[in-house]
Amino acid sequence: MLVCREMTGLVTDYVEGRLSTRDRLRFQWHLGLCRGCRRYLRQMRLTARSLGSLPAPVLPEHVREELERRFAGWFSGAGPQG
Amino acid sequence: MKKPPDPRSPPRPPGQGPAADPDAALVARARVRDGAAFVELVRRHGAAVLRVARLFVRDEASAEEVVHDTWLAAITGLERFEGRAPFRAWLLRICANRARTRGARDARVVPFSSLVPDEAEGSAEDVLAGRFATDGHWRTFPTGWSEDTPEAVVLRGETLAVLERAVAGLSEAQRAVITLRDVEGLSSEETCNLLGIRETHQRVLLHRARTRVRAALEQHLTGEPP
Repeated sequence: MLVCREMTGLVTDYVEGRLSTRDRLRFQWHLGLCRGCRRYLRQMRLTARSLGSLPAPVLPEHVREELERRFAGWFSGAGPQG
Repeated sequence: MKKPPDPRSPPRPPGQGPAADPDAALVARARVRDGAAFVELVRRHGAAVLRVARLFVRDEASAEEVVHDTWLAAITGLERFEGRAPFRAWLLRICANRARTRGARDARVVPFSSLVPDEAEGSAEDVLAGRFATDGHWRTFPTGWSEDTPEAVVLRGETLAVLERAVAGLSEAQRAVITLRDVEGLSSEETCNLLGIRETHQRVLLHRARTRVRAALEQHLTGEPP
């Protein structure tokens, strides 16, 4: 029987689908019995997904302008003017 | 033996396969030197390239140079882009390679040899020390969060800053992995390719990083000590 401490150590392997069949079944068995570990798993997943919701950083204006300047000659002129 | 992929049922779920690459049309236009398409690709991915460059170089000027190197290599190499990986993953891999090249002559680059799990950086168990009784069960269950979607989490005041600070406080190796996997949404395979690390190492680093960031969120959302 897995204990909660081991569960928290295996949670990423579980989410990544990297547990053996036997360990996955033991993991799921414990989850079925333990509200604390269900909550922990849910919070780990939510943490990962929340990071994906971070707003994209803004490319600094001077970097963008420099890129467009350097590539102006490469393109046929369909790019922005000015 | 693995069966060869059946063309009628692509192995990748929708949204990750080459056929679903949202940049395909823009890439095709950039190939024939359509400048507007280039500007749009930069608008879509410029910030991600900069974020990845920052994983590898330690000062902003070098990161910006890596950004320029990356787009130069991408634009001049567009003919070689075959669409087997999404354009974004291809671009970010170029970025990592450019950072590596720069590393040969720039001491400010994060050494790639540091991208292996290191016991000195502390294990995930340390983060949860004190949360378990001697029999290994929770002393008290983690407190539930009232926010149950990512949108709700990031909408809550100051949580964005908490997440960003937690990621910034990780070791370089953990930060690189969690940024590519969770922030940029790359697959584990793409992340390993990009960093040149083994999948098992990648997973250990991801585990440590997520454990720490969850603890930081917990502290913020429930006021509990990590």
